[in-house]
This record gives sequence, structure tokens and C-alpha cells, in this order.
Amino acid sequence: MSQLFSRKNKNILTAPLTLDNPVTVQVLGICSALAVTAKLEPAVVMGLSVTVIVAFANVIISLLRKTIPNRIRIIVQLVVVAALVTIVSEILKAFAYDVSVQLSVYVGLIITNCILMGRLEAFAMANGPWESFLDGVGNGLGYAKILLIVGFFRELLGSGTLFGFRVIPESVYELGYINNGLMVMPPMALILCACIIWYERNKHKELQEED
Amino acid sequence: MEYLSLFVRSIFVENMIFAYFLGMCSYLAVSKNVKTAMGLGIAVTFVLVVTLPINYLLENYVLKADALVKGVDLSFLSFILFIAVIAAIVQLVEMIVERYTPSLYNSLGIFLPLIAVNCAIMGGSLFMQQKQFVNVGEATTYALGSGIGWILAIVGLAAIREKMAYSNVPAPLRGLGITFIVVGLMAMAFMCFSGLSI
Repeated sequence: MSQLFSRKNKNILTAPLTLDNPVTVQVLGICSALAVTAKLEPAVVMGLSVTVIVAFANVIISLLRKTIPNRIRIIVQLVVVAALVTIVSEILKAFAYDVSVQLSVYVGLIITNCILMGRLEAFAMANGPWESFLDGVGNGLGYAKILLIVGFFRELLGSGTLFGFRVIPESVYELGYINNGLMVMPPMALILCACIIWYERNKHKELQEED
Repeated sequence: MEYLSLFVRSIFVENMIFAYFLGMCSYLAVSKNVKTAMGLGIAVTFVLVVTLPINYLLENYVLKADALVKGVDLSFLSFILFIAVIAAIVQLVEMIVERYTPSLYNSLGIFLPLIAVNCAIMGGSLFMQQKQFVNVGEATTYALGSGIGWILAIVGLAAIREKMAYSNVPAPLRGLGITFIVVGLMAMAFMCFSGLSI
């Protein structure tokens, strides 16, 4: 058991949560991180779906890595991911229809989510199944963390609700407070992401770029 | 005039980058100078204009319910088929670019095969599935408009970033952070097109 969760494996799992975050450090998966975070519920569902898909795609490709011919590597990866995304999409349509309508094309776009191709190429092709699973879960959770933070601020400041439950009381609205409509629009998602990057790079000076 | 309206709408109002955030990864990575940005933009547009009509035909004559054989709904295969078409066309484009413009091939490097996983291309096909265009002409117009909107966005950002090389950006914001803010401001500017109607 200690071998499964050795120091190295624990690092594979926890590094993507902060220092090696797929969205803010590796710059992968930006598209969906910005588009589905107008409300918290689709953000959470998206984060979970991506985590599941990255983890299992990593495992499958890692198990197949010695048998894939180099020329058709990308095509095999794409087919595996497309199959997994199709399964998840059908499950979402069956059990969480409202959320899947809100997510619309972004569920299908998980196929082209850079995090997936990035992790498959960078990790799963060169490591064993258990490490690849941990790496997939770590990156998926790192991605979900950013989605949660952005979604939290966008929904709270943009609609005064969280998960659909009214959080800002009526009395505050009567004093003259108005929901910030721009928060629900694309530009604020980008600027919120910039603020998260600013905060992280201030905390971890080694992430800052040279002039 | 619906073609013109669709064309203008897909460039400005439903801009792939600023309204839907499609294609952000390669957008952020390649927008450091205008020449490569233009090259990538044209490549993305070309792939869009070729794959979207093909996927439209596939969708309407093979995948939709009752399209191929009565009572058979193959739409669950749409993701796999779309991405297969896109990967094949990108491979073709890569071979053509390598043969005829090797300088562009070298400057684009890894980003040319990465167009296959560009969200903008797949997103275009998925939006086409949702929008249910009347004929191939509309699908092609939408593809062309989306591509040109993408080119506008990436060349605009590259031009700004080239000039920003001389600015004094605070260290934590340097590079990625300030790029996000600039794209956010550009998205705000493009929002003013939302009332456009022809």
C-alpha cells in the first residue's frame, strides 16, 4: 500500500493542484474553463467530467502505450478520448439533462481539451497505469479547482446566487446594490483568470516570466 | 441576404474567441508575432472551411435520425466521426504545407498538427450540429466567417503583444496574466457588436 502512495506518486497527484496547475501554469484547457463558469453547477459537472475522462483516458493509453505505432499515435489517442467523451455525454444527457443543455457543445469539446492531449502525450505515453491514473486525477482536480474559483465569483457577483440558491439577501438589493451583469459575460471570465494568475505568481515567484 | 447576415454575425457577434473562447490554447501560444499568427489563422480557417461542410453532409446524410436507414439514429457516433474527419484533413494540410511552403511549416512547428485538437475546428462542427443549417452553402459561409473572426482575433492580439514588449508590466502579470487582461478588454470591445443586424 505504501508503494502505491509513495512520495513520488503523492507528488504526481498534488503538483497539478498548485505549482503545476493545468490552467494557470501549463495554459491548457482554457476554452472550457472560461465558457462554462457563468454558474457554479455546470462548472462542477464539467470539472468532474473532465477529471473522470482524463483519469481513464490516461490509464487506457498507458496500458496501450507499448503497442501503438508511432505514426498513428494521435489518431489512436483521439479515438480513445472521443469514445470516453461519447459515453460521458450520453450519461449526462440521461441523468442531468438540464446541465447538459447548459454545457451544450463544451461536453463534446472535452475531446479537444488541451489538458487531455497534453497529459496523454506528456505522461501516459511514458509511464505506468497507476501513475497515469494519479496524474489524470491530479490534473482534473487542478482544472476543477480553477473552475470552482472562477464560477464562485462569477455566480456570486453576477447573479447573487450560489448553485441557484439566493445568497445575497433582498435587503442588500433594496439598499441599491445591483448584480454585476458583466460578470456573467465572457470578458470578466478572462479578467478573473488573470487575477488568479496574478495571485499565484505573486505567491510562487519561480512561476514569473522573464522580461 | 441571409448569407451576408450569417457571414457578418459569425465574424463579429459570435466570434469564436471572444464569445465562445474556442481555440484559446494555440491562440495564446502563437500570438507573439503577427506573421506566425496570420499563418496559423489562415491554416485554421482553411481547415474549418474544408471540414465543416464535410461534417455537415455527414450529419445530414448519415448521422441524423432516419438519415441513413429509417429508424436508425447514429448521432452518438458524431464525436468520433467528426474528429476523424478533422484529423485526416489536418494531416493533408500538414503534407501540403510541408511540400509547398517549408518556411511556414518550420515557423509553425508543433502547432500545425495541433490544429487537429483546436477547439475552434471541433467547436465549429458541433455548433453546426446545433444550428441546423438549411444547406451546405450556409454551413460553408458560417465556416468562412468563423475562420475570419478567428484570424481577426489572433492577429489583433499579436499586434498588441508585439507593441507591449516595450511596456513595463509588473512581474506577476508578465506574459500570461497581461495577455488574459488584454483579451478580456478585446472581448469587451467586441461585445458592442452584439446588437448588429443586417
